[in-house]
Amino acid sequence: MDITDFYDTFFEEAEELLADMERHLLELDVDDPDAEQLNAIFRAAHSIKGGAGTFGFDVLQQTTHLLENLLDHTRQGELTLRRDIVDTFLETKDMLHDQMDAYRNGEEPDQEAFARICETLKRLALEEIGQSLDGGEPAPKAAEPAPEPAPETQPTPAEAPIAEGESRLTVSLLNVGDENRALLIEELEQLGTVEAQSGDAACYRVTLSTSVGAEDIEAVMCFIVEPDQLKVEAAEPSAAAPADGSSRLTVSLLNVGDKDRALLIEELEQLGSVEAQSGDEACYRVTLSTSVGAEDIEAVMGFIVEPDQLKIERETESAPAPTAPAASETPAAAEPEGSGQDAPLPAAKPKAEKAKAAKADKPKPKAKSGGESSSIRVSVEKVDQIINLVGELIITQSMLDQTVSELDNVNHSGLHNGMNLLQRNARDLQEAVMSVRMIPMDFVFSRFPRVVRETAGKLGKDIELVTEGAATELDKSLTERIIDPLTHLVRNSLDHGIEAPDAREAAGKPRTGKLTLSAKHQGGNILIEVIDDGGGLNREKILAKARESELNVSDSMSDDEVWQLIFAPGFSTAQEVSDVSGRGVGMDVVKRNIQGMGGNVQIMSTPGEGTTIRIVLPLTLAILDGMSIKVGAEVFILPLSAVLESLQPSPDDLYAMAGDDVVLKVRDEYLPVVPVHEALDVTGARTELAETIAVIVQGEGRRYALLVDELVGQQQVVVKNLETNYRKVPGVSAATILGDGSVALILDITDLHRLNRAKKEARRDSRTTAPTTPNPKEVEPS
Amino acid sequence: MTIETTDAALAATEAQNREFLVFSLGDEEYAIDILKVQEIRGYENVTRIANAPEFIKGVTNLRGVIVPIVDLRIKFHLENVEYGGQTVVIVLNVGERIVGIVVDGVSDVMTLTPEQIKPAPEFGVTLSSDFLSGLGSLEDRMLVLVDIDKLLTSQEMALVDSVSE
Repeated sequence: MDITDFYDTFFEEAEELLADMERHLLELDVDDPDAEQLNAIFRAAHSIKGGAGTFGFDVLQQTTHLLENLLDHTRQGELTLRRDIVDTFLETKDMLHDQMDAYRNGEEPDQEAFARICETLKRLALEEIGQSLDGGEPAPKAAEPAPEPAPETQPTPAEAPIAEGESRLTVSLLNVGDENRALLIEELEQLGTVEAQSGDAACYRVTLSTSVGAEDIEAVMCFIVEPDQLKVEAAEPSAAAPADGSSRLTVSLLNVGDKDRALLIEELEQLGSVEAQSGDEACYRVTLSTSVGAEDIEAVMGFIVEPDQLKIERETESAPAPTAPAASETPAAAEPEGSGQDAPLPAAKPKAEKAKAAKADKPKPKAKSGGESSSIRVSVEKVDQIINLVGELIITQSMLDQTVSELDNVNHSGLHNGMNLLQRNARDLQEAVMSVRMIPMDFVFSRFPRVVRETAGKLGKDIELVTEGAATELDKSLTERIIDPLTHLVRNSLDHGIEAPDAREAAGKPRTGKLTLSAKHQGGNILIEVIDDGGGLNREKILAKARESELNVSDSMSDDEVWQLIFAPGFSTAQEVSDVSGRGVGMDVVKRNIQGMGGNVQIMSTPGEGTTIRIVLPLTLAILDGMSIKVGAEVFILPLSAVLESLQPSPDDLYAMAGDDVVLKVRDEYLPVVPVHEALDVTGARTELAETIAVIVQGEGRRYALLVDELVGQQQVVVKNLETNYRKVPGVSAATILGDGSVALILDITDLHRLNRAKKEARRDSRTTAPTTPNPKEVEPS
Repeated sequence: MTIETTDAALAATEAQNREFLVFSLGDEEYAIDILKVQEIRGYENVTRIANAPEFIKGVTNLRGVIVPIVDLRIKFHLENVEYGGQTVVIVLNVGERIVGIVVDGVSDVMTLTPEQIKPAPEFGVTLSSDFLSGLGSLEDRMLVLVDIDKLLTSQEMALVDSVSE
């Protein structure tokens, strides 16, 4: 196999690691950094470096190397973190991302940027710790402080006391060449203290004192050597640590409720790595690989459960692991009341196999807090295919339903029951499948701490970011498209919304401004809000500015209408154009983007108290709440979100304007009339205005009155793209399949209006040039 | 019988016989490469698309996929365009798209040897010879071999969004 086959895996992993790194960097408290977080950041950098080295991404490797060294000093406590240092790290992280993108696209990364970031990192190292980063060795060993208990002074390393959380491991390198060995030892030095090394190429032993688990070491070194060239063992021959550096314990939870169990498992995950878990409430068994003793586990868990609910057994090498019957008997005996559970018990698995599985499951050291994620990567295409198929199933089901409903209920009661069941199952299935595409808003929100931090820094404001409802789920295609508009809104709120600290103090508010991002479901929509506690929108200023830009405004406009003015193209009330925002481009783009996703933007503002910008989006683009209308014999779908009301127009309210334009007066408002049959050339439609029904719809902020023959009803429709096999059709946004299997077109309101006008113009032109030419109509054979 | 080798497409496939699906439009017999054919179904339930050329009958639901339906008879200006029990839709895979064409009937599948495929003469007005891959001669029958890929993706079929729009 070619090494390039692994590129994608590396990029994906590295991407996750970088995201982890950023998250930890942002969460990091500069005054009192959490050691675990520092370690996590370091590990991320280290893993990327390892991979980059393996694949020959030199620039990436060198950059991470510098970063890693700095991070190492940080976690050793030699480098005191400051905000600007964290900023530098973040900048480096961005650079790594750029470099990775470059490699991914088969290009060489920007050398200039690379040189610059290296310079920055090296200077930082020189200034802060007074040493150069050029050497491969991060620090002279003598300078290493407390965490490592100067092993050189211990004459017999095997019996040396080891600092808490550390263990002594023997790493055996089998058949590893000189060059790789040097690399590996360098790696090991990064992970802990190398206390002794000896041996030859066939078997080289390194004794290492480290706080890193054997698995992590393996994961790191796997970038360089094959797994079978490597053997990591605990150096102490004590019973507490069998072959792979930590012992494997089976923790049985007897009669523990779900909630407590989840808590306990979380605790166990803190103590070691949970390798397998199974069972029921009566007896739930967790296999744990840990360096912590059974007593300690009991002590920790004693806070949550009674001691007699807990049973900890050690799986030792001496246990007859491969003999399956014996192994399965042991757990059976442990069960309190023979609950007849027949799930394959972890203990029954041959040990070697399990160890291998654990290795395969953990290809890289992950931040502990992330936990073990039990998810799979599936291409969006596959998911879409399933969604399509389920849509099919729903349509087939409703077709069947229609047929069955005509049958006599008494003679076919079985069939009717079956149909009901099918309907329920099909609906559940559809919901379940749709949920696959849903991802939590956290995906979006998680990038804002960074945006806020940087923007606030640039503006010299203190901002606290609060996110609410990060678990709210939204269709993946929407989350990707919401990021840009949301970023814009957040920047805007930071720049124009929240006042400078001094101004805030003068207004009697805390100096630190608060920006809240929230997401919640409401009906079939998701509400995403950007809330600031700033000065609120200034009505007078907006109106004045609007007049300046020659927008059509009046003093009697409602607040709501005034606020909407800020979405006008080229509108900005900022006193001066700043780096962050205020150029006036953007808000209109934001609004257009959101409308493009089928949503809308609302603004609520109270002077002196703040502004809330609310984005209302449909949960998914794949399903639409539609209103079906009939024109002639044809059925069309209007997006329900666009429909405001429908009414029977009275001839008195219809006014003709210049030529054949018609407007409809609805409560003091004159709406342009769009006869659907004219725009779409429907034959056989009602043409007498008074016989039709006017559906008042809203599209891109304007209202229209669509004239249709009949309202059929409301229904959810599965949106199907017309452009997949055909092309864009004017006035139509997509298509859907109705219950009878026929296709109905979903109308695009604004486009329909445009089409109507174009047709009118065409008609007028043809009248003026060739008055006798009739409108070419298609002969419709049925 | 002389063998024409000037046609590049022919030369490429010289060693192989090709299979064609033969269909009729009025009294004429046409043939298309069978590998392009996905399935054959009856003509039913087409939703009209407004403001589309006359020969685009509309779109239909093919197991959840929205497929445009083109009536080749209208496109080729045939008289007597009728829709009856014999009217058939040939569903084709053209490039990455699925398109259905309405024809009067499907007769059979023919294997043509390279010798049986003659170059198309340059005369077409309604059907430009650009869209023909040749004429198939079969005893007393003549099959018009249509390069369906080229035809359906052409500008004049208006099935694909063109760049000029």
